[in-house]
Amino acid sequence: MFRRSEQDKRPQVQIFVDGVAVAARQGDTVSAALLASGVDARRSTAVSGAPRLPYCMMGVCFDCLVTIDGVGNRQGCLVPVAEGMQVEIQKGKREIGR
Amino acid sequence: MTVAPKREDYDVVVIGAGPAGLAAAATSAEAGLSTLLLDENIGPGGQVFRAISSTPVTDRNQLGADYWVGADLVQALRASNAEVIHRATVWSLDRNLDIAVSIGGASAFVKAKRVILATGALERPFPIPGWTLPGVMTAGAAQTMLKSSALVPDGRTVIAGQGPLLWLLAAQILRLGGRIDRILDTTERGNYFAALPHAFAFLTSPYFAKGLSMMREVKAKVQVVSGVTELAASGDGQLAGVSYVAGGKRDTIPADLLLLHQGVVPNVNLAMSAGIEHRWDDLQLCWSPVLDASCGSSVAGIAIAGDGAGIGGANAAVVRGRIAARAAVEALAPAAAAKLAPMATLRSDLAKAERGRLFLDTLFRPAPQFRIPSGDTIVCRCEEVTAKDVLDSVAIGATGPNQLKAYRRTGMGPCQGRLCGLTVTELMAQARGKTPQEIGYYRLRAPVKPITLAELAAVPKSEADVKAVVRG
Repeated sequence: MFRRSEQDKRPQVQIFVDGVAVAARQGDTVSAALLASGVDARRSTAVSGAPRLPYCMMGVCFDCLVTIDGVGNRQGCLVPVAEGMQVEIQKGKREIGR
Repeated sequence: MTVAPKREDYDVVVIGAGPAGLAAAATSAEAGLSTLLLDENIGPGGQVFRAISSTPVTDRNQLGADYWVGADLVQALRASNAEVIHRATVWSLDRNLDIAVSIGGASAFVKAKRVILATGALERPFPIPGWTLPGVMTAGAAQTMLKSSALVPDGRTVIAGQGPLLWLLAAQILRLGGRIDRILDTTERGNYFAALPHAFAFLTSPYFAKGLSMMREVKAKVQVVSGVTELAASGDGQLAGVSYVAGGKRDTIPADLLLLHQGVVPNVNLAMSAGIEHRWDDLQLCWSPVLDASCGSSVAGIAIAGDGAGIGGANAAVVRGRIAARAAVEALAPAAAAKLAPMATLRSDLAKAERGRLFLDTLFRPAPQFRIPSGDTIVCRCEEVTAKDVLDSVAIGATGPNQLKAYRRTGMGPCQGRLCGLTVTELMAQARGKTPQEIGYYRLRAPVKPITLAELAAVPKSEADVKAVVRG
């Protein structure tokens, strides 16, 4: 869906998406890194389980919700990637204790 | 990394670091007022100057001169004594000018003598069939990724809608080597005639020449279909095609990415939750706050600057930020106001920046079928409520958006009505034969962004707070 422009010279940052290593760039948000990576980042909704991807990328729509480092319902479009970050694609609603 | 505010009290707290917020905070701090700027994003710039301090797009021509103006604003802010905190989500603001802000999972509380809201705009909902499918995004979303991560569309890409941002985005995507297969222009034909009386002001505004050259640049490379009157996205769990009607002819094209845009509207959540009076704007088709000539709202001490005050664009936002800040300085430190640009100069700057706006608002007033959906089209993305669900609820007695919550939970999901509120108001107004002003909007309350119960529970409490809720 998206690819990186060649002029992007930012250093790489490695994150893990459902345990699989994914190369991101320093300054990416989690959502941008997921969309750039080509992995299937579709979450499923809490109400019907319908698949969704980020819609607004500016903190408004909440369709980018992911689990980050064990904490559910994070807005992936507002959180910058960090080395070793563990991202899980969230299926359905946030679980108790996460 | 997480930094709480250094003090509990400030002269001025500015919320939002887009053009208005940057200008307001710098002006207020330059005049010697203790100033705190709180912003939800990773860095300064808001949406229009998104990633201005960090963008990997280094060729300045690609994002355009209007973007790089933001760098000067950031520099002025940094040269001032304003305290700036990013990744800070303000979740409460009340009539006493008490502010609650979530930073790194913990809440802090500050009190201000003056608050300047610069929470900007968001893209107008574009509720067409299939707009919740993965692969359908806003044009602004693509632009955010382009500015902050140099990402460009590379699959089969369709851009649909209308307005200046759409053409700017298309030009930027092409300059960065991205792919656009087709542009579907939904501007209503009748709007060209309606806008004509306002054309002179626009012709003499700086937007005219820039807009024209950008449209030429895009049209040389991309097939543009104008007069689109119907639009739908389709696919099974993922966008596969876009179908549209133009000139009475239906066509369907395969697509991996559909970018939608039909203008921007004020982001009203924080302002409304503070009790600020808003009115329905029948030209811009959105809620705008009732403000005085110094951007002051109906709540004493709170001003609104930038697109949150009514859509005016980045240049107007900067001037409004300075006006709001100057008004705060005049009230709190009148002697220091002499250092700042006179109010008369600022007001004439604002008139200049707003030149041509009436033309743009009239030309790009979105068509009813793209604002007021029908049938199975989703209205509320969070709670997955369709247009038919809303109309059925009206038929059995739902009178307005707040009653509708009890029937259908519209607006009660995590986005708190940001993506459905305008649609619900207009849909219910049409169904009930009322004006949007009569129908009203969701009653918004703190927290205006979701925070965890754990964060709330960790908030410092006085003995009286505990007594108020503990039995015995």
